[in-house]
Parts: sequence; structure tokens; C-alpha cells
Amino acid sequence: MKASLKWLREYVNITLPLQELAQKLTMSGTEVAGIDTIGGWDNIVVGEVVAIEPHPNAERLQLATVDLGTQRFTSVCGAPNLEMGQKVAFAKIGSQLIDPESGELVKLKRAKIRGIASEGMICSERELGISDRHEGIMVLPSDAPLGVPLDEYLGDTILDLDITPNRPDCLSIIGIAWEVAALTGKSVRFPEVSYDETGEPIERKASVEIADADLCPRYCASLVTDVKMAPSPPWMEQRLLACGMRPINNIVDVTNYVMLEYGQPLHAFDYQKLAQNRIIVRRAQDGEMLTTLDGVKRALTSEMLVIADGEGAVAIAGVMGGTESEVTEDTTSVLIESANFNPVSLRRTSMALRLRSEASLRFEKGISPELPLLALRRATQLMAALSGGKIAKGIIDIYPGKTEPKPISLTTRQVRRILGVDLGLDQMVKVLSSLGFQCQRVSPEELSVIVPYWRTDVRLSDDLVEEIARIIGYDELPTTLPSGSLPRYEPNPMRALRQRVCEILAGCGMQEVITYSLTSLAIMRKVVPDSQLFPLRVANPITTEQEYLRTTLRPGLLQALSSNEKHEEGSIRLFEVGKVYLPREGDLPEERHMLAGVLSGPRLDRSWHGEGEALDFFDAKGVLEVLFERLGVAISFEPAEDETLSPARRAKIVVGGEEVGVLGELHPRVAEDFDISSRSVYLFEIDLERLLPAALEPHKYRPIPRFPVTLRDIALVVDVAIPSKRVQDIIEGFPLVARVTLFDVYIGEQVPREKKSLAFRIHYQSPTRTLTDEEVKQAQEEILERLHRELGATLRA
Amino acid sequence: MLEKLDEIRSNAIDELSNLQSLNELEDWRIRYLGKKSTLTQILRGLAALPLEQRKAVGASANEVKALLEAALGQKRAALKEEELARSIERGRIDVTLPGRPLALGRLHPTTQMVREICDIFISMGFQVIEGPEVEWDYYNFEALNIPPDHPARDMFSTFWIDTESGERPMLLRTHTSPMQIRVMERTRPPVRVVVPGKVYRYEATDATHESMFYQIEGLAVDENITLADLKGTLYEFAKRLFGAERRVRFRCDYFPFVEPGVEMAIDCFVCGGSGCRLCGNTGWIEILGAGMVHPDVLRRVNYDPDVYTGFAFGLGVERIPMLRYGIEDIRLFYSNDLRFLRQF
Repeated sequence: MKASLKWLREYVNITLPLQELAQKLTMSGTEVAGIDTIGGWDNIVVGEVVAIEPHPNAERLQLATVDLGTQRFTSVCGAPNLEMGQKVAFAKIGSQLIDPESGELVKLKRAKIRGIASEGMICSERELGISDRHEGIMVLPSDAPLGVPLDEYLGDTILDLDITPNRPDCLSIIGIAWEVAALTGKSVRFPEVSYDETGEPIERKASVEIADADLCPRYCASLVTDVKMAPSPPWMEQRLLACGMRPINNIVDVTNYVMLEYGQPLHAFDYQKLAQNRIIVRRAQDGEMLTTLDGVKRALTSEMLVIADGEGAVAIAGVMGGTESEVTEDTTSVLIESANFNPVSLRRTSMALRLRSEASLRFEKGISPELPLLALRRATQLMAALSGGKIAKGIIDIYPGKTEPKPISLTTRQVRRILGVDLGLDQMVKVLSSLGFQCQRVSPEELSVIVPYWRTDVRLSDDLVEEIARIIGYDELPTTLPSGSLPRYEPNPMRALRQRVCEILAGCGMQEVITYSLTSLAIMRKVVPDSQLFPLRVANPITTEQEYLRTTLRPGLLQALSSNEKHEEGSIRLFEVGKVYLPREGDLPEERHMLAGVLSGPRLDRSWHGEGEALDFFDAKGVLEVLFERLGVAISFEPAEDETLSPARRAKIVVGGEEVGVLGELHPRVAEDFDISSRSVYLFEIDLERLLPAALEPHKYRPIPRFPVTLRDIALVVDVAIPSKRVQDIIEGFPLVARVTLFDVYIGEQVPREKKSLAFRIHYQSPTRTLTDEEVKQAQEEILERLHRELGATLRA
Repeated sequence: MLEKLDEIRSNAIDELSNLQSLNELEDWRIRYLGKKSTLTQILRGLAALPLEQRKAVGASANEVKALLEAALGQKRAALKEEELARSIERGRIDVTLPGRPLALGRLHPTTQMVREICDIFISMGFQVIEGPEVEWDYYNFEALNIPPDHPARDMFSTFWIDTESGERPMLLRTHTSPMQIRVMERTRPPVRVVVPGKVYRYEATDATHESMFYQIEGLAVDENITLADLKGTLYEFAKRLFGAERRVRFRCDYFPFVEPGVEMAIDCFVCGGSGCRLCGNTGWIEILGAGMVHPDVLRRVNYDPDVYTGFAFGLGVERIPMLRYGIEDIRLFYSNDLRFLRQF
């Protein structure tokens, strides 16, 4: 809402400096988003044209003598509308004006025009920056004060206010005046409204019927006949422009002006075009058509409220009028509508039609049904005055929705409970009264408060408490810390696990990323088989790239890898801990916490120390081994099925017999699908929900062994196909074996074909005694015997 | 004999001063102090001398021996020191050469910010809880005093989920506030929680708008919670997050689920309050929205508003690193360019 300070001053005295006023408004909830100045004219004053003579050397130019009260100047003027006695804006030499051609500010210099010296200039609106008009000079009202600087007379300051949706009353100058008055200790003046009704009684000329009273609590109408259509006077046009509205004519402008003044939208119908001179407020018929003022032909439904005449809809109630009953140059009589409509139905209508207007924006927020009559009288007065029309006797006022205001009880205890401060009744009354609330003392601790009709947002005692707090100023209220007891502690183990996982992986040199939860079906298809792909869809996506809720973290990571590959030279190691969204029948989806990571590029970034080899499967596996070691979770890797991963290099991660995730080399086909150029990309994905129980298991300390370790190395030859883990598991199963390390794997000429050599270091140790050589030797023989029996392993020669 | 000893001494000392290495020193020792050295032989031959001479020569010979041994010790130490210095010098390196690269991991800036903020509230007795991102209309709107067709719905452009029945509207939560309802539904006061999480807005993205971002919700409900407590808690938070020298301002604002409604701002740390581009010439930077929990919201979760009061707040997470580091485009956060992520 743009508010002219000059206009505001008509209803409230403003003595505070502008910045302080803006500060107070902002702090109390009416945020001043900007302050604009209209004018800033220097050396331009109000003058009167007292003599006009022809220019001796130019037919189309004239010499105008302008009286400024104490001085007279003669200037050369080419405007076709120059007339004797006009009040004009006269720019003296040295003033700054806008060049109508270039739009730039230029300084007015003394000049000779066709041989005659011009001592100044009579300005057009464009030259002053008021509007685009440049067909002639700007003519000021005849009561414009002679010799007064134009800045004083026409200049204004515009407050650009952000009005919150609960305050439709502040979408009006009078509403803002109430705020200013309360904040500065002043009182509000209302416009004086009185006029003569010289026409016939309105009941004889028009009728109004509300068919659907649930959607129209009140409908008021007046009639002005014998109007003369014309542009509005400059003062009104300027105010409309200042508040961001385009002047149209003296009828439409009045409806807009009063809407800005009171916050009540009005509509002017061309009375002659209303069939049977009837107004019927009713729901539209399904399929009923109406061409609205914006020129769009619209199909209506029975959920929408329309204003109809004897034949059909002429306006969508509270949203926009129709072209057929529009006021035009030929209009001679105007029926003015000032009504109240149900905000919910109106908003639904305007959303359904995708049609929002200044009127609908006010109605949908719920404005007072007390306003229509006040605003209508004001509009009737202005319209008659501006158009020279005759006002029909009386006003039609149908008010089925009238309710009596219910007083609200407010106690000092309530104020204390919410604000944490003791305020006396006097102070409460003072603040509330300044905003127009009527307060009655019920007891020394209690008030009974009647809410002023325009404050439709105030309903509860809590609302009154806010009124008091915001006018006093939140910064004036005390500041404390909550003193009560703390709630019972509820652990959040999943969050704790996620945090640990993130820290460990970052410690392993991996960068955390966060990718979008919304993705496209096409992208997910690249990593999820169609038979398993049933993601939730957004009904109103912005783009197809963000249309479905992800059911896997893989695509986001692979996209991040792909885009980073284009500029990264070294390795890329990314991980994400995030949710996937798995649909459930008739319920919200399951939001499952997952972990996924990708690694690619060289093991060590290139430097003067040399260049590392490419990362491989075992780098990724090493990261996971560190992760699970730190989490205290025992895992094993087993061959896996996973279409995204290369069949020769993939493993599932098993915890306590249950699969919790998968690790492997990205299938070259998938890499190509994601436009990934690296040949070796390793990916893992782990279901944190499945991991959680194991991660929560309590940890126990093991004493440091007191007896020495005996080391023995053995090299075994086994079939290539036997997993090293099977060999290691057998060795580790022996009671005296404390630890086994695989330190060499060899396949080649030194061993037979289809065989491989595995070299282990075995740590023999007993928790109770020092082992003898004999004991170790015997254990080693038993191990070899068993490996031979079960796996056909032999000692390497 | 005594002259002989004098000669040995002066020769030995002269030679010693010219020695360069421990090997030469060893030769010197053998020559002057070894078993076959003249000095040793003199000492051995003392017994054969007449008593008078034996005494004088003996004293002098022992004196020379002690002197040479002391000189030997000193020289040995000096040579060792030189040797060490030489060997150290041989190992001199260019310390300006870069170190061996390690793979460096980091947490996402949003994760870091969420933790920093949550930690502040944890230290004030708040617990961290989380909730669903896909929500019912009821929790996101209706229970928060925003029924269908309420004009405040304009404040929250919403992604709706395509459900087959379409009976119960499902959406991507537009704020973390639905968790106010969920928390109060399942616990009784006292409540003191913060709720971090992703939220979604149906909005075309630009430098200051993202369709997905993070919020942190806060809620405290108890018997004696007041607006003064709201101010105190958020004041403390702002000072800890932005520094003790920042000024904090509370002004009236509107959110349908609180009454009174509050907006907290800090003075602009670029211009210090005089007005600049960052703060839109207001001198203040909005940080969060807050307010006292609306009595209708309390009633809806069966909390008696005559017994309990509470405050709630919600803040956008990315905005804070944006302000702190001068990041001008919010879209950088989730496009995951390593050149961006590596800076935090």
C-alpha cells in the first residue's frame, strides 16, 4: 500500500520527523519498505497568466506574462492550451526540469527563442516528472496560492507500506491514520460527508435484492444522475497516481479514491445499462458467461457470486465488473455499489478465475460490513461534486448480515501472563482508546473492550494484548529467560548416528553434499529398475527436473559427480546423508534416512610428490571399513546383485546376517547415462535405519593382553576362486589366534595356473600365559591341516 | 727428561689444534696417549729412575697426561659438534615446497550452520527433534490457523502431492511449523524443542529464492512462558551467533499461528545501521519470525491456554551463511559445486 503523507495529514496531525514516524510504523507492524519523494522542485512556483501576446517572429508561439505575486516574468510559450487567468507552474531560470525528449534532468538557462528573451518557462506535467502528459502546460486549480513554491503546493512524500494479511483496514489512508494517531498520541479526523439529495427517491429508480445472503452480508447502492463524464481534477489524479493507481475518469476515479481512503472497494455501474434497473446478488449459474473489464470472457460456476441485472451477470461480486455495464464517455447516470462479500467464497472465486484485483485483495482479507455505507456516502458526495450530477434521494441498504459487536474481557493477569510485565488498567485503556477501542472498567483488574468495526482482525483477548504490546513497542518490554523446569530428555539416536557418520566420512576425506529431494523420473530410471520405481509425484511441479520425490540418493550424487568432473582435476569424493521418500498406501510416505557416496579420480592429487594411481574398489571399501570400525559395527562383504554396479566388482554389506547396503564400481553403462567420463567410479549406498540397531549396541572394553605375541608367517596356495575371507575366517577361528593379517596376494608364474598364493601373518597369543614354541607349532599344524582338508590349501614351496 | 715432557706437551697441543676429524683425533690419541707413546713409556719407566728425579718427572708427566686428556676430551666434543652440524646441513630442504596432499573432507555449509544453531539452543535446554517433510495439509496449515482459502496461504506457495484419492491433501511442508503441532500432540508441557529440516516452496528460483531450503523451528511451552522469555531467548541466541556487539530489534509482525507476532532483526553488519545495499537501506537485517503460540493452536492440541503459554520461532538457515560470508546466490547451496563447498 502506498500512502501519500499529504493525504494522511488530512486525517491526523503529523509532527514527528519522517524517519521517526517510519520507524514507529515499522516497529508496530506496519513496515515502511520505502519512502519516495514526489517533487523536489527548486525555483518553480505557482503563477498566474496575466497577459498573452503573439510572438512577433513565430506564428505558433506566444508571449505569456506570468504574475508570481511580487514579480512578473515574460516567457515564450508554445502550448496550445495557454489561456488568460490560468494558474500554472512557472520555472524560473536556474531550475531543474526533465527534458521531454531525453527524459534527463536539465538546468533551465536564459535563452532567446526566435529573437525574444524568455525569462522562464511554464511547465508541462512531463517536464515536472508528474506524469507523461506533454500536450500542453499543466493547469493548476484556480485556488492555487500565488507565488508559493510548487514543492510546497504539489510535493508529497509517499510511504510504501507492507501491510500484513490480517490488516485489510490498513489498506486505506484512514486505517493508517489510526495507526499514526495511536503511535504519536494524536487523534483521527474523518472526512466530512454531507450532500443534498435533489433527485427522485432511489427506490423508484432501482431495486436491489440479495438472493444469497450467506455470501453477501450487506449491499448498499446510491444513484447519481445527470453526470458529466470528464477527467478528474488534478488533485485527485495526483493522489491516485501517488498511491499507484491510474486515473481514468471522474466516476471511476472516485470509486478508487474512496477505496484508498476507506479501504472499501466500490463499483460504478452505468445505470442505463442495467436491465430493468435491477440488481440481484446471486450465485452464478454453471456456464454463465461474463466479459470482465480486462476484456477476458469468463465462464462462471455456481460457486461464484455475481451481481446480476434483470437479464444476467454484470459483475463478479467483489472481484471485477463486466464490460457491458461499464461506465463510458456516454454515461449519464451512475449506480454506485458499496457492499460486503464473504471473504472465503470471494477468494475461492478469484483463485479459480486467476483474477485478482485491488478489490478482491481487500475483500478476501475480511473487511467490515459497517464500511459500505460510510464509503458509499463519501463516494456519492465526491461523484456529484466532480461530475455535476444529481443525487437521488436516499440510499438502498440491505444488511442481512448485521451483528452486534461482542465485548472482549481483558484482565491485567492476561497481560502479565503473555507479556511478562505488569501494566495498569490506565495504561491499557490509553493504548486501546488511541486505536479506537472502547474500554469499560469492570473491576480494578478487568476491562470490557468493544472492538472498533474496522478492526476485523481482533477477536480474542490475546489480540488485545498484541495491540497493547505493539503500540508500547516490543523493545520497551522486559527481557528474561524461561525459568521453568526442563522437559524430560528424549534421545534422538538416528540424528546422533547421522552426525557421527558425517563426521567420520568427512574425516576420511569425503565432501558432504546436499542434493534436491525432487528429481525427474527419467533420472531415477537410470539407476532403479522400472519394476521398483513408484515415486510420489508433485501435482504442480515447476519443472520436470523436479517432479518426483527421490527413492534413492544415487542420482543426485552421480549428477553432482558429473557436473564437478567438468572442472575438477583431482579426485572427487562425495557423500550425502539424506532422506528417500517411499510411498505408503493411504498414508504419508516413509521418509528413510540413507547414506550414499561416490569416489573417483586419483588416490592422491597430482603434486611434486608425484601422482597417485586411480582410486579403486579397495579405496572405497577402506572408507567403509573405517566408518564401521568407528561405529563399532562388525560387517562382512558378500557378492551382490545390483544393476547399477559392475557385475565383477560389487559387494553387499552385511551386518548380523542382514544386508544394510551395497558397494561397487559404477556400471560403465550407468556412467555413460550420467555423462560421467571417469572410467572408475565407486559408489556405496547404506540404509541407516537398518544399521541403527547395530550401531546402538553397547560397547565393551577389552583389557590389554599381558602375555607376549608370537608371530608366524605362512604362504598358502589355493584355487583362484576361493575368497580370501574364507581362508582368513578359518585361521581366525582357532583359539590361540589373536589376529590375522593378509599381507600378500600373488597370482602368476610362481604358482600353478588357476591358483593363487595368499600370505598371512598370524598373531598367536593367550590371555592367560606365555605360549611355548611347541604350542605354537602344534596350532600352526592344526590350522594347515584344516585348510588343506576344507579348501585344498597347500603351503607354498 | 723434563725438557722432553715439555716438548711432548707443546707438540701435542700444537698438532691437536690442527686436527679436522675424529679419525685424526684417534691417531693423535694413539700417538701421544697410546700404550706406545713416549709419554706412556716415560710413565712406565718412572720406577727405574732415582727417587729424586722420579718425583719431579712423575709429577710433570702426570700433569702433561692430564692436560692432554682434557684437551682430547674438549677436542672430541668440538669435532662431534661440527660433524653433527655438517650432517644436519646435508639434510637441508626447501621448506617452502608444498606438503604431501591429503584428501580433505568437509561438512556441507548448511549442515555446519544447522549444527551451530542447534548447539546454541541445546545449551539453553532445548532438544533437537525432527519430523516429516511430506505433510498433511492439516499440520502444515489448518492446525496453524490457516484454513483453506485463508489469505495467509499466499505467504506459502505450496507443492502439492499427487495422491490417487485426493481426499486428504498432502504436500511438501512449506515451513517447519507443522512440528509445533506434532510435538504438542505427543507430549505434555514443559516443551522446549528445536526442529531443523528441509522445507519446500513452489517458487521460481533466483538468487534469493530456492524451491528447497532449510528452516529451524523452535517451540517452548510451559506454565509461565512470556513474550519477555521469547525476547530473552532469541536475544541470547542472536548475540551468540552474530557476536555480542550486534544490536537486536523486535518488532510486530503477523503469522497466523502466533499472537502477538514478532520479527527479530539485527543491525546490519555491513553498514552498522546507517543503511546499505545488504539491508535495503533500513539498517536492519531480518533474521527470524516468532511469536506467542496462538491460543487456538494450543486448544487444538488439548493444551489449556489458561494454564499454558508458549513461544515459537522459525528461521531460514541458508540466509545466515549468506550474510556471514557474503554469498549472493542461494542456489549455490544445493548445486553442489566443489569450488563453492570447499570454501567452508
